[in-house]
Amino acid sequence: MSAETPSAIGAVEGAAYGPDNPAPYIEPPRKRTGRTPRSTRGNFEMAAWLFMRLSGVVLVVLVIGHLLIQLVLDGGVSKIGFAFVAGRWANPFWQVWDLLMLWLAMLHGANGLRTVINDYAERPNTRLWLKGLLYTATVFTILLGTLVIFTFDPNIR
Amino acid sequence: MPAGTLYRGREGMWSWVAHRVTGVLIFFFLFVHVLDTALVRVSPEAYDEVVATYKTPIVALLEYGLVAAILFHALNGLRVIAVDFWSKGPRYQKQMLWTVMGIWVVLMAGAVYPVLGHAARELFGS
Repeated sequence: MSAETPSAIGAVEGAAYGPDNPAPYIEPPRKRTGRTPRSTRGNFEMAAWLFMRLSGVVLVVLVIGHLLIQLVLDGGVSKIGFAFVAGRWANPFWQVWDLLMLWLAMLHGANGLRTVINDYAERPNTRLWLKGLLYTATVFTILLGTLVIFTFDPNIR
Repeated sequence: MPAGTLYRGREGMWSWVAHRVTGVLIFFFLFVHVLDTALVRVSPEAYDEVVATYKTPIVALLEYGLVAAILFHALNGLRVIAVDFWSKGPRYQKQMLWTVMGIWVVLMAGAVYPVLGHAARELFGS
């Protein structure tokens, strides 16, 4: 820096920068500095993004199979009743199918709604309450559904 | 609002909007559906009673709407995966959306009789 330009940002126009007169250094945006917190959020968002795609592929098979069985085959919805549920859950294959579908669909849906809340709810308090409600409803629904599948009793009466 | 300032988007934006709307609707249904299925732990009568509402013509129409939402969300979800993981995905995203819509129309036409048939028989006699 020559003596004629004491400020680093002075005399930009027309200044001939070179090895002897280097251009002022501009820090890249978002560069980590001494004040940047050491810990970041880790890879949670990336894991969530990947989970949506992986669970999505599995859910396409599980849910469309579920719709075929419940709404299309053997008279569609008109055949459904307690006896039909008892017949299906007598087979561990369908128990596992429904359990997997419950967990994947609830987590996939909850993460989707989390994204929607993050996008549209701008006030911190609103976000907090909506997400609290979402997580409460999600945990409740997953636990209730799991309990029902595992404790189902065909001879309840 | 002055003319021409509303961003109307194109295929990419509208499929994104539809994916959100169908996703939220499906999630709300799923919540209700787990609750109604939980009635099998109460009594066979309680379960059969709530399932009876699923067999009414009006709810049959809602079921057809549910199938429409699920099929779109499923097919468009596969398209999103292709856009993300297939090297040519972003280039063909529009063609893939129209493919999705084509398959969706065919499947929805095929679902008319199975999903709405019993409601039609109930309404108009068999």
